[in-house]
Amino acid sequence: MPDAALKKKRPLWYNLSPLNLPIAGLVSILHRISGLLLFLFVVWLLYLLDASLASPERFDAFKRVVGHPFGRLVLLGLLWAFLHHLCAGIRFLFLDVHKGVDLATARLTSGLVLAVSLALTIILASGLLW
Amino acid sequence: MVKRVVVGAHYGVRDWLVQRVSAVVMALYTVIFAGAFAAARPIDFATWKALFSQGWMRVATLLFFLSLFLHAWVGMRDIVMDYIKPAGLRLALHVLVILVLIGCAGWTFTILWRA
Repeated sequence: MPDAALKKKRPLWYNLSPLNLPIAGLVSILHRISGLLLFLFVVWLLYLLDASLASPERFDAFKRVVGHPFGRLVLLGLLWAFLHHLCAGIRFLFLDVHKGVDLATARLTSGLVLAVSLALTIILASGLLW
Repeated sequence: MVKRVVVGAHYGVRDWLVQRVSAVVMALYTVIFAGAFAAARPIDFATWKALFSQGWMRVATLLFFLSLFLHAWVGMRDIVMDYIKPAGLRLALHVLVILVLIGCAGWTFTILWRA
């Protein structure tokens, strides 16, 4: 049996790595997660497009799905995923041609990507989904 | 001078380029669609149908979706290669993604060119 007092003195190790993820890293992993989300829902989104263009009756069915609270919630998430993926993607295209690679600019544009995609999500969702 | 001989499947640079070109196509389409959508408002079935009945809109939307499927293939292949280590499962997921995307491409044609 290990000594209780000795055991108490053992050093604690906190996992601090999530706190250390730089904002550019956050944008990067969210880019990957949002891309995965969009892929996972692409069949459903195509189904919705199909329904919306098929006939007036299926257009109404499409509107019911889009108007359903659960449908809205999923579409809100996908709208954010699309907008974040788009904004972060534009940033990555600039990084590809070595624009904005210095630390201060890279941090600034990371913050911009997060803020702009969230703001656009709110604006578009309030106009289209609600 | 060391002359580097590039060996391998050569798909790295090609896929890198496919990812970027398809991204630009989709970004441009997003702007065009947003403009056309805003101009067509208010949206009901008739205006929505009319929007997608125009020849240029069909072609532009098709290019968007084909770019999307190519883009999704490169992205999903990267994700599977990063996180799925067992070779059999990785192969199965690659095949599944390809089949889903090819199926989606065929479906997109029928959606856009239906009478």
